Amino acid sequence: MSAGEITSQEYIKHHLHNLTVGEGFWAVHIDTLGWSIFLGLVFLYIFRSVAKKADTGVPGKLQCAVEMIVGFVDDSVKSTFHGNNPLIAPLALTIFVWVLLMNAMDWVPVDLLPRIFELFGVHYMKAVPTTDMNMTLGLAFGVFILIIYYSIKVKGIGGFIKELTTQPFGHWSLYWLNFILEVVTMLARPLSLALRLFGNLYAGELIFLLIATLGIAQLPVHFIWAAFHLLVIPLQAFIFMMLTIVYLSLAHEDH
Amino acid sequence: MNINMTLIGELIAFVVFVIFCMKYVWPPIIGAIETRQKTIADGLAASDRAAKDLELAQEKATAQLKDAKAQAAEIVEAAKKREAQIVEEAAEKAQAEKAKIIAAGHAEIETERNQAKEELRQQVAILAVAGAEKILERSIDAAAHSDILDKLVAEL
Repeated sequence: MSAGEITSQEYIKHHLHNLTVGEGFWAVHIDTLGWSIFLGLVFLYIFRSVAKKADTGVPGKLQCAVEMIVGFVDDSVKSTFHGNNPLIAPLALTIFVWVLLMNAMDWVPVDLLPRIFELFGVHYMKAVPTTDMNMTLGLAFGVFILIIYYSIKVKGIGGFIKELTTQPFGHWSLYWLNFILEVVTMLARPLSLALRLFGNLYAGELIFLLIATLGIAQLPVHFIWAAFHLLVIPLQAFIFMMLTIVYLSLAHEDH
Repeated sequence: MNINMTLIGELIAFVVFVIFCMKYVWPPIIGAIETRQKTIADGLAASDRAAKDLELAQEKATAQLKDAKAQAAEIVEAAKKREAQIVEEAAEKAQAEKAKIIAAGHAEIETERNQAKEELRQQVAILAVAGAEKILERSIDAAAHSDILDKLVAEL
């Protein structure tokens, strides 16, 4: 499919279409799942290979790089999460590196991967998993389950319900209002997580696509936008990680 | 944007990745980091201690040097005193020796003078006897007049 035969509207629409199998709710975005799992495995493979050879002496360069990331995540967790939970730090590391890698797919020229896959007869390919709401909601949903799990684990079922109903207004007649407010607050957390990441990356991808329709002028503009993503990509991964830590830290707080 | 089964798939993938990371990735890496941090901290502490030790040793050495210098000065002072004393003693000794030698000289001279006197007396006696013999023109029994001669000699 060449850009000359179709309008830019069609071009963009085509690029924003996932490779889908199935219908309705039971549909599965093969590209999103495939790329995200592939990138997750890349992350785990690199980090596992370093972990296996982890040397307490003078580290190699790859080990240094991995340790810098681990140290950075560890510092972020320690400065925010005061408690002892062996899950938080690996969770934060997984989120940070995985989201970073998925966001980094934004740097791959928008036409490159679809063109390659087109050669093999695959007509739709969205290579940036974080521009798919299913991906970001899946992550946020996982975090949400943990928030509820730890809220109940730390405060007990009674404490959890009490927290939902007795704040911010202490009078019994207003408990229903508290409950509505608190549930909205609680639901806002995973939704804001998912929507922030999705929105930023989706908008970024859309602008990459718009730039791609400019013709010959696209090269310098593309470069500038890609350079701008040097900030966006790690920042969004960092924000997702930090907010996850903060939310889980709040869930651990017993009033 | 349709929400569909992909969400569940991503959720499962997420859970699997986190569990793998928690079991096989995080502990060895953070363990290595913390072990190395401890090693480095120990090394730094050791080097700090060594630096402090060095400083102490230098201070000690300086103090010892000062002591040594003071001691050397003392020794030199004592040596000078001793030298003066030795010189004085030697002078005294020499003085005494000189006096002794002079006294011995005097005694020798005295002895020799006495000897010479004695010889002179005897020769005078002989001369006197010979003179008397010549005067009397006859032989005088030397033995019979020896008492007179002895008296004569004693008077010389």
